Amino acid sequence: MKELSLHILDVAENGINAGADRIRVSVVEAGKENRLQITIADNGRGIPADLVHHITDPFYTTRTTRRVGLGLSLLKAAAQHCNGAMRVESIEGKGTTIVAEFEYDHIDRAPLGDMSGTLLSLIMGYPDIEFEYSHQVESRRFEMKTMDIKNMFDGRAVSDPDVFRKLRQILQDGFTLLRGPG
Amino acid sequence: MARLTIDDLKKVKEKTAKETSLRLGSASIKIMVHMGTCGIAAGARDVMNALMDEMAETDRHDIRVVASGCMGMCSSEPNVTIEADGEEPIVYQLMDANKMRQVFKRHVLLGEVQTDFALAKM
Repeated sequence: MKELSLHILDVAENGINAGADRIRVSVVEAGKENRLQITIADNGRGIPADLVHHITDPFYTTRTTRRVGLGLSLLKAAAQHCNGAMRVESIEGKGTTIVAEFEYDHIDRAPLGDMSGTLLSLIMGYPDIEFEYSHQVESRRFEMKTMDIKNMFDGRAVSDPDVFRKLRQILQDGFTLLRGPG
Repeated sequence: MARLTIDDLKKVKEKTAKETSLRLGSASIKIMVHMGTCGIAAGARDVMNALMDEMAETDRHDIRVVASGCMGMCSSEPNVTIEADGEEPIVYQLMDANKMRQVFKRHVLLGEVQTDFALAKM
């Protein structure tokens, strides 16, 4: 994947496929500590304890349509290439949390990329799922919840052009704020 | 005669909202962007973003966009399936933002299947 935000899009979908109705994504950019951390947590059905160690094995999948499962393997490899690591915490019946850490200024670290595009794709593509996003760059912080936006529009669908434009504006403002002055 | 209260108005609003959402539920055209790992790596997010921009421009409320997983044809990703009521679903292959805009304007809005980009009729 060319961007870390594409990994986020991909891994968030794992949670949705696991029956989650709420996905929480957090990005922490701590340049001073030379660390970038991505957390993706879902409230899906979780992974049975005896399968957790299999899930980053690209040739292990519970799917029957094909024999490979690449999403998490790719994220793990990306993190490891940057002196980082990925860990999986899962409780059956409660959900799964994926935490990936990268060395912030590692030459092989892919850029975060179009995070706004990832969030819009998730929110529009899965209108029934609630997303919570938080992003921290040093001391600046941006948070959004789809629930708040839906409340703002009295439960109108996110596919409604007015809601979509507002959402896009909120994200654009949020990421401008994060990049800070200059 | 009893006066209309704020609560009454809220009830009317909720009822209308419910009816509208039911109507929206039976969308006449469904656009499915396949966003498995393979699709995402091949550029499905750009396709989705182009589609959302087109959606924001139109005033049609009977079009529904959904994301879905891999359908097993990873080498032809990004794939987009268009299901119009009463017609066979059309799967488009090797999509990009420009092709998506053309498919939206021609196929979704006007009903002209863009056979050049199509992979198959399902």
